[in-house]
Amino acid sequence: MKPLAPVEPGTRAVLGVSFFLVFFAVWAAVTFGGLVPRTFLADPLTMLQSGWTLLTQHGFIADIGMTVWRVVGGFLIAAAFAVPLGVLMGAYKPIEAFFEPFVSFARYLPASAFIPLLILWAGIGEAQKLAVIFIGSFFQLVLMIAVSVGNTRRDLVEAAYTLGALDRGIVTRVLMPASAPEIAETLRMVLGWAWTYVIVAELIGASSGIGHMITDSQALLATDQIIFGIIVIGLIGLVTDFAFKAANRKLYPWAQLK
Amino acid sequence: MRRDDIALGSGLTTLQITGVGKTFAGGTVALQATDLAVAENDFITILGPSGCGKSTLLRMVAGLDTPTGGRITLDGRTVSGPGADRGMVFQSYTLFPWLTVLQNVCFGLREKGMPLAEQHDIAHRFLAKVGLKGFENHYPKQLSGGMQQRTALARALANNPRILLMDEPFGALDHQTRELMQELLLGIWEDERKTVIFVTHDIDEAIFMGSRVVVMSARPGRIKCDIPVPLPHPRHYAMKTTPAFAELKARLTEEIRIEVQRAAGLVQP
Repeated sequence: MKPLAPVEPGTRAVLGVSFFLVFFAVWAAVTFGGLVPRTFLADPLTMLQSGWTLLTQHGFIADIGMTVWRVVGGFLIAAAFAVPLGVLMGAYKPIEAFFEPFVSFARYLPASAFIPLLILWAGIGEAQKLAVIFIGSFFQLVLMIAVSVGNTRRDLVEAAYTLGALDRGIVTRVLMPASAPEIAETLRMVLGWAWTYVIVAELIGASSGIGHMITDSQALLATDQIIFGIIVIGLIGLVTDFAFKAANRKLYPWAQLK
Repeated sequence: MRRDDIALGSGLTTLQITGVGKTFAGGTVALQATDLAVAENDFITILGPSGCGKSTLLRMVAGLDTPTGGRITLDGRTVSGPGADRGMVFQSYTLFPWLTVLQNVCFGLREKGMPLAEQHDIAHRFLAKVGLKGFENHYPKQLSGGMQQRTALARALANNPRILLMDEPFGALDHQTRELMQELLLGIWEDERKTVIFVTHDIDEAIFMGSRVVVMSARPGRIKCDIPVPLPHPRHYAMKTTPAFAELKARLTEEIRIEVQRAAGLVQP
């Protein structure tokens, strides 16, 4: 091994998968070996079996669908407002000066702490879940997008001006395309955080969803089901992350060039 | 018109710089009040040590910086901001990385609202001129530095500016590539008869390219002398070894040397 020396793609895949195997091996060892009582931690096999039961007999698929719908919905609403505002703040400094201090403050307001308030306002229905995700992701998105747009290379902006671009052209033909890959990357990251917020919202007050299944299982001390739920969340996260990365590569081939 | 006449220009003033100076907010004088007249079809090289304000002067002509005094007029109209009538090629690579070579060259034409077919006609013509036929669909990062600057030149020329401003455009290139680029640009200038202001700190480049060399003094910058280059066109690289060239180079080396020493703090101003 040499510092910063690249690793072969094949070796990279093998190494990446092997840690998953190590993780499961250690888990199997401590549970089957009796080091940890079953009440506290189910073994991997029981987890898979009860996961299968959840999916086939208890309609867990519907819970997963519900949670995915909430994350996607809340996140899309947040992005629909955050992207235009972020771009405007990055491009126009007075707009940034107007919003930035408040947004910086608001992003430190913990979304989960709003849940009791939101239940009071919106009940435990879908509006409350969407609102939690919105609060959790909107302010982060706005700030990060504004920074990406504001960091556009000045010499590119100047080149566009000398080619006759007007202010509108600078925003739509330079600032936006220049920061598009970074905006996409920000969306990918914040979508990951949105997953955390939806589960917290479902843990506290919901009648469906992965988080709801986890709270129900807690009452039954069904650690196998809880772990299965957590792993499902992890897998969905992994899949969306890969999909997002693949889409970004496809949409912005120029940004991959070295 | 004989080729020699091109070098002397038609005599009509295209760009007039009158008493233009720049003082930064901290009180540092980047450029003292400067006068310069640029004639139609002229190729002026501005030569000076680093920090002499030569780039500042060019950026003010481009409208990217605002003078703190004086007036710049192009065809009698006062320059108040950047515009398509003053094309610029920068020292840094400023092609838009998200656009292909062809789209980069079309950038200004599209901004003018020209139909796509017409944009492509013009772009293909200038890409052929800079020797980049076949690279239309490459992204800038897939090109060498020299090719990127040739694309930037095609992009500026395609816009058909009244005057072409070049800020050490070949400064980041290796010596051999730079010499090729000089010949290429000179050939294009001899064909297109554009008015050009070319900033450089390379004496050979200043003489070889220019019909006039404007020498600037070290900070605070001002025009020290304005020397015509009586070499005929078309110019060939072999000209760099002629006695006439060597004589001019010796003179400019003296002029510049004292300024570099002053800039380095080796002699009192």
